[in-house]
Amino acid sequence: MANNATIITDPDPIFGRLTLDSIPYHDPIILTTFLVAVMVGVGVVGAILYYGKLKYLWDEWLTSVDHKKIGIMYIIAAFIMLIRGFSDALLMRTQQVMAVSEVEGLGYLPPEHYDQIFTAHGVIMIFFVAMPLIVGLMNIVVPLQIGARDVAFPFLNSLSFWLFVVGTLLINASLYIGEFASTGWLAYPPLSGLEYSPWVGVDYWLWALQISGIGTLLSGVNFFVTIIRMRAPGMTLMKMPVFTWTSLCANVLIILAFPILTVTITLLTLDRYIGTHFFTNDFGGNQMMYVNLIWAWGHPEVYILILPAFGVFSEVTATFSRKRLFGYTSLVWATACIMFLSFIVWLHHFFTMGAGANVNAFFGIATMVISIPTGVKIFNWLFTMYKGRVVYDSPMWWTVAFLLVFTIGGMTGVMLAIPAANFVLHNSLFLVAHFHNVIIGGALFGYFAGLTYWFPKATGFKLDETLGKWACALWTVGFFFAFMPLYALGFMGMTRRLSYYDNPAWNTWLLIAGAGALIILSAICVQLYQIFASIRDRKQNRDVTGDPWNARTLEWMTASPPPFYNFAVLPTVHDRDEFHYQKENGLAYQIPERYKKIHMPKNTWAGIVIAGFSLIMGFAMVWHIWWMAIVGAVGMLVSYIVYTFERNKDYFVPVETVEKIENKRYERMQKQTNKDAFDNDEITAMPA
Amino acid sequence: MEDNHANPGGAAHGSLRQYTIGLILSIVLTAIPFGLVMTGVQASLMVFTLIILCAIAQIFVQLVFFLHMSMESEQIWNTTSAVFIVLIVAILVLGSIWIMQHLNHNMLMGH
Repeated sequence: MANNATIITDPDPIFGRLTLDSIPYHDPIILTTFLVAVMVGVGVVGAILYYGKLKYLWDEWLTSVDHKKIGIMYIIAAFIMLIRGFSDALLMRTQQVMAVSEVEGLGYLPPEHYDQIFTAHGVIMIFFVAMPLIVGLMNIVVPLQIGARDVAFPFLNSLSFWLFVVGTLLINASLYIGEFASTGWLAYPPLSGLEYSPWVGVDYWLWALQISGIGTLLSGVNFFVTIIRMRAPGMTLMKMPVFTWTSLCANVLIILAFPILTVTITLLTLDRYIGTHFFTNDFGGNQMMYVNLIWAWGHPEVYILILPAFGVFSEVTATFSRKRLFGYTSLVWATACIMFLSFIVWLHHFFTMGAGANVNAFFGIATMVISIPTGVKIFNWLFTMYKGRVVYDSPMWWTVAFLLVFTIGGMTGVMLAIPAANFVLHNSLFLVAHFHNVIIGGALFGYFAGLTYWFPKATGFKLDETLGKWACALWTVGFFFAFMPLYALGFMGMTRRLSYYDNPAWNTWLLIAGAGALIILSAICVQLYQIFASIRDRKQNRDVTGDPWNARTLEWMTASPPPFYNFAVLPTVHDRDEFHYQKENGLAYQIPERYKKIHMPKNTWAGIVIAGFSLIMGFAMVWHIWWMAIVGAVGMLVSYIVYTFERNKDYFVPVETVEKIENKRYERMQKQTNKDAFDNDEITAMPA
Repeated sequence: MEDNHANPGGAAHGSLRQYTIGLILSIVLTAIPFGLVMTGVQASLMVFTLIILCAIAQIFVQLVFFLHMSMESEQIWNTTSAVFIVLIVAILVLGSIWIMQHLNHNMLMGH
C-alpha cells in the first residue's frame, strides 16, 4: 500500500523529512518576507540585549502569572498575527483582481500558493487573532470585574498562553520551512489525508491547532473555575457584570467543544502518521464523520468568539448611556439560550452534503431559532440607549457600527439557514460575505470596543480618541466596500477559494472589494498609529482616578493600571453595578483604616519551558524527526514533574508594601483634584 | 488565609457508611451481569435489558456514593454541570448517529 510505503521508506534518522530543499528560497515573495522577518527579529533581540532588558523581560513578563500581563501579551500576539492574516487577505484580493482570464492574465500567485494563503488566512484569523483577543480581554477584565486577585490556577494560565504562542510559532514557521496546508481552514479529508496531501502542510496545521487548542481548553477550565469560585463576597450569579456572564458561557462552550476538536485532530493525525482509516475512503473509514465532528466543535466555536463580544457591548452601552443596562435578566437568559442552542445547529454547515429533508429541516429551524435570543440582545442595547444620555466616545462608535453591520450579517445568516436557499448559496462568496459580516461586524468590532474601553485600565492611559473614531469609521466603510460586493458575486455564481476565473462580469465587483480591503488596510494603519501616538502622549491621556469613563463595574474601582494584587481590600458587593452604587452612596475611594497582608502566587519558569518543549515536539512531529519528538515529549513531562516538586509557589505581600502602593495612588488622586480645582477657578475667574 | 482563592467548596467527602453501601451495591451490580454471562443463560432480550439496566444503575451508584453528587446546595454545581454535560454529549452522539445514518442512506455508502 502506498501509505505504508511512504511511512517505511520515510525519514532520515537525524533530519527526518527536513532537507535544504524544504526552504522555499526560490519564491521571491516568501524570500522577501523571510528577510524582513529576520531583520525585525534580529532588531528586536538586539535592542533587548543592547538595553540589557533581557532579565526584566524574563522576570516581569515571560515568567509572569499575573493575569493582566498575560492578557496584554495575548493581545500583542493577536495584533502581530492580525497583520500576518490581513496580508494574506490583501494577497487574495489583489490576485482575484488580476486573475481575470487566461487571456488577460492569471495573476501572480500560482494555485498551490494561493491555496495555502486562503487556508492560512482562515486559520490565523480564527485561532490566532480572534481567540487570543478574546482570551486576552477575559484575562485582563474578568478577575477585576469579579473582585478577585488572580485567576484560580495562575500557573495554568501562563502555560495556556505559552502553548498558544507555540501554535503561532509553528504556523509562522510553515511559511519559511516547508509549506502550509492547502486544504481550507478546516482541512476536510480525504483532501487532508496522506494520499492527497503527502507533504508537511497538513501536519503543521494539525500540530499548531492541537497544541494551541489544548492551551485554550486549559484557559476555559481556568476561567470557569475562577468565575464560579472566586467572586467577591455578595456577588451572586445574578449580580455578575454581563461581560463576566458572557465569558462564563463562552468558557462552558470551550470546555464542552474543544475536546471534540482535540479528538478529531488526533484521529486525523493517526490516519496520517500510523496508517489508520478513520476518515479515509476505504477500509471502513468515513470522511463525512470528520465533517460532522469538526462542525460539532466548529459551531460552538463561533459562539465562543461572539458571546464575550456581546458582553463588551453590554458594558459599553450601559457606561456610555449613563444608565443601568436595560433587561439584564433577559440578556443573561438570552446568553444561556444561545450557549445551549449552539450545540444543536452544527449540521447547517453541511446541509448540501447528503442529509435528508428531516435532518435539514430540524437543523434549519434550530438555526433560525438562535436569531431570537440574539434579537433580544439587540433590543436590550437599543433600549439601554433609548432616553439615555449617550456619550459618543470611541467605544460607543464601535458599538453603533456593530449594531449596523451585525444586523445585516444576522439576516443573511437566517437566509443561509433555509436549507433550500442554502443549496444555492453554499460554498459561494455569499457565504464568505456572511461570515465576515458577523465575525468582523460582531466579534472583531466587539474586541476593538473592548480594547478601547479597557485600554486605560490595563495601561494607565487612554487611547487617542480622534484616531480611534477614524479607525472605526474606516473599518466600517472599508467593510461595506470589501464584503457587500461578495454578496452580489455569490448570487452571480462565484464560488469561494477561486485562484482565477474566466467570467469578466465578476471583475468589477472584485475591484470594489479590493478597494474595500485597501480602506481596511488604512484603518489598521490608523490603529497602529493610534497605539503609537497614545504611548507618545501618555502623559496627557493619563488615567489618575482609575475610572476614566465614569463606569459602573468593579474593575474601575481600583487604580489604572491596577496594582499586581488588584484590590488592597476585597470589595463587598451590594448591587449589580457595584462601583456605580459606591459612587452614588459616597462609598467610593475611601481609604481603609488598615491593610492586611496579601497572599499572591509567585512567577514561574514552568509555563514557558513546558511550552518550549512542546514546540520542539510539534516541529519534530511535523518533520518526522522521531528522536527530537521524544526529547520534546520527555522534556515536557520532566519539567512538569520538576515544577510539582517546587515548594515556594506563593508568598505574602507585607502590609507596608500594600500601604505604600495604595498611599501613592491616593496622593496622585489628591494632586489631580487640587489641580482640577485650580483650573476650574481660573476658568470661572476669567469672565470677570 | 484571608484570600478567596482557596475555599474548598465543592469537594465533598463521604462517610464510612456511604462508602460501604456504595461498595456493596457496586459489587452486586457487577455480580449480576457477570453471573448472567458466566452461567451461560440463553441470550435473550430479557438478559440484554437486565445487563444494560445494571450498567446504568452502576453509573448512578458511582456518581452518588463515590463522587457524592446530590441536590444539596454545596453540591449543586457539580450535579448541574454533570447533567448538562450528559445532555450535550447525548445530543452530540444521537445527533451524529442520526446525521450519519441519513448520509449513508442518501449517499448509498456501502452499496
